[in-house]
Amino acid sequence: MCTRNAHVAAVITGLVIAATATAANTPSQAAARQYGFGVQPSAEELSQFVSPLPDGRGLPPGSGSVAAGRQVYESKCAACHGANLEGGQGDRLVGGRGGLAGNDPGRAPIKTVESYWPYATTLFDYIKRAMPLTAPGSLTNDEVYAVSAFILATAKIVPNEAVLDQKNLAQVRMPNREGFVSDPRPEKFESAQKRKGK
Amino acid sequence: MIAALNDSDMRASLRLQAPHWRCVLRESAAASKQRSFRTMHLKLNPLQLDRAQMFDELQTAEALAIAARNDAAARPRRQFLLGAAAVGATAAFRRVHAADVPPGAVAHEVPPDASKALGVPLPDNGYGTRSQFETSVRTRFKTSTPYSSWTFTPLQDSYGIITPSGLHFERSHGGTAIIDPAKHALYVHGMVRNARKYSMKDLKRFPAVSRLLFVECSGNGLTEWVKPTMQTVQGTHGLTSTSDWTGVPLSTILREAGLDARAKWVLAEGNDAAAMTRSIPIEKAMKDCLLAYGQNGEALRPEQGYPLRLIIPGYEGNMQIKWLRRLELADAPFMTREETSKYTDLLPNGKARQFTFEMEAKSVITSPSGGMGLEDRGFHEITGLAWSGRGVIRRVEVSVDGGRTWRQAALAQPVLPVCHTRFRIPWEWDGREAILQSRATDETGYVQPTLHQLVGVRGLNGPTASVYHLNAIQSWKVAADGSVSNVHA
Repeated sequence: MCTRNAHVAAVITGLVIAATATAANTPSQAAARQYGFGVQPSAEELSQFVSPLPDGRGLPPGSGSVAAGRQVYESKCAACHGANLEGGQGDRLVGGRGGLAGNDPGRAPIKTVESYWPYATTLFDYIKRAMPLTAPGSLTNDEVYAVSAFILATAKIVPNEAVLDQKNLAQVRMPNREGFVSDPRPEKFESAQKRKGK
Repeated sequence: MIAALNDSDMRASLRLQAPHWRCVLRESAAASKQRSFRTMHLKLNPLQLDRAQMFDELQTAEALAIAARNDAAARPRRQFLLGAAAVGATAAFRRVHAADVPPGAVAHEVPPDASKALGVPLPDNGYGTRSQFETSVRTRFKTSTPYSSWTFTPLQDSYGIITPSGLHFERSHGGTAIIDPAKHALYVHGMVRNARKYSMKDLKRFPAVSRLLFVECSGNGLTEWVKPTMQTVQGTHGLTSTSDWTGVPLSTILREAGLDARAKWVLAEGNDAAAMTRSIPIEKAMKDCLLAYGQNGEALRPEQGYPLRLIIPGYEGNMQIKWLRRLELADAPFMTREETSKYTDLLPNGKARQFTFEMEAKSVITSPSGGMGLEDRGFHEITGLAWSGRGVIRRVEVSVDGGRTWRQAALAQPVLPVCHTRFRIPWEWDGREAILQSRATDETGYVQPTLHQLVGVRGLNGPTASVYHLNAIQSWKVAADGSVSNVHA
């Protein structure tokens, strides 16, 4: 009997150990563990990335005037965006302010930096990463501040003597800053039956 | 993802502001000697035309593309019959020239009777090709530049729920990035305790998961707000595709990095020329997102983000960043260009909805659909696809009388959340005009709206209205002669 009980106890212990081992492989346990793969990137590596937040955190050092921006624009941007920022292969950049409302399928609202963009930091962010189209990432920080200043001055959002930099770009108040609302979906629709009854 | 419908694209393609279109049929480079495989090109002209003319020209170009495709489909059969008749009892092979085959196929000689001759020896160059008789291809919507453009999946030719990788719709904002995976890195940094840099090898060491998921561009159907414009389901709905995606859960990678309590948003950035960026709420990032390197059993296709892309189940395609190189954690959304000036839905009151993430329940009949023709009265199976970014499709109903009466369609297994679901229903066509529609209901109880209902909420502020998230019921008219066309009903 004693021997038999000891055997049963050993089997039970074995089952418990097996069950514990199984539990350690469940998804929740696996999700909690750390694998430690990869390496820690250097600060220098990370400095290649620029992604400013709307309050200006993340903007790099540098500055640029409207006058300097005009030169950058004429040599690097005008071919696609037009001599007067009126657009071409690239987006129209100025105009349309105050004209976003409407319900006419025949008339398109004019969406530009001036009329539609809510944050000036977005201008720096996008130009720095993705412009010009054929040579993305080729502009210096000073050039990006400058051409941002030029576009904003042409849109009459900053004065012609403005010099934009890491400190003051986020302070620029864009005309359509309050133009966005959160997603209300799922929407409530008028009954299709009701419509047919009308 | 139409992925991002940029204003420049919109203006170029839809003539929003300086519109004038001219249709030009141009032979594709791959088939320049083959008249049958023309691709549709809508060429921008800097002058201005009215909308009606633009849409007419869009339709003309699409019709020519359809005609070219049908011609191509018919030709091999004709040649085969001619060949067989000409040779009579002598088993001569018909020679097929390389230029005669569609993209993705290889030209083989076609014997009069395949059972009377040896076949092609193995191996087939080590990587298979489709039949030289299959002609289905993606078609590009002619934006002002092919470097920020999109192509449509030929849904009218689809079977089941999986989209072949080579027919998955494309959207890029700076062309298709070509990346050596041995040199590719993913950085995770910002508001984390433990910034990381991963090679592709590192990422593949993590426990992986696979999921069948649709990806849909939020601009799918943008031409259809005001009046029926594109002729085929490829043009009206071809910016959705389903693949079996494999990768590392994003939550695994974020846990490894150790989230700072302040971290509420994740910026995802691509390593393409547009350095495409979107901010993703942390709740969704930790819920069910994938860092995918696999698609339909093999590595991602280059145009789908090789070697690494983000998959965000049920969210608009442009957020599912391709060629993914960086994740940055922050306490606020970054307000990138794509989430402010693009991919926001402008309403009649001048306010735009922002962060409209979910792709809502939608369905479309893929056969019979626009550009097809019914040859006979009697039995026809109506089939199509339904999908919802909010979960499982519970029900699809089909109407053949413009929405007056509905019958429930059968849903083919598997029926999976956030995945194309195939529906089928038998139909006896009596030879009279009919309006075919499908209506999906998802697990939340949301019912796919009519276009009238949707416009009632979103308005029509311009030729493409609020542009994105058109998920209305689609109508196809079957005329008495059997021809099927895109209509608003």
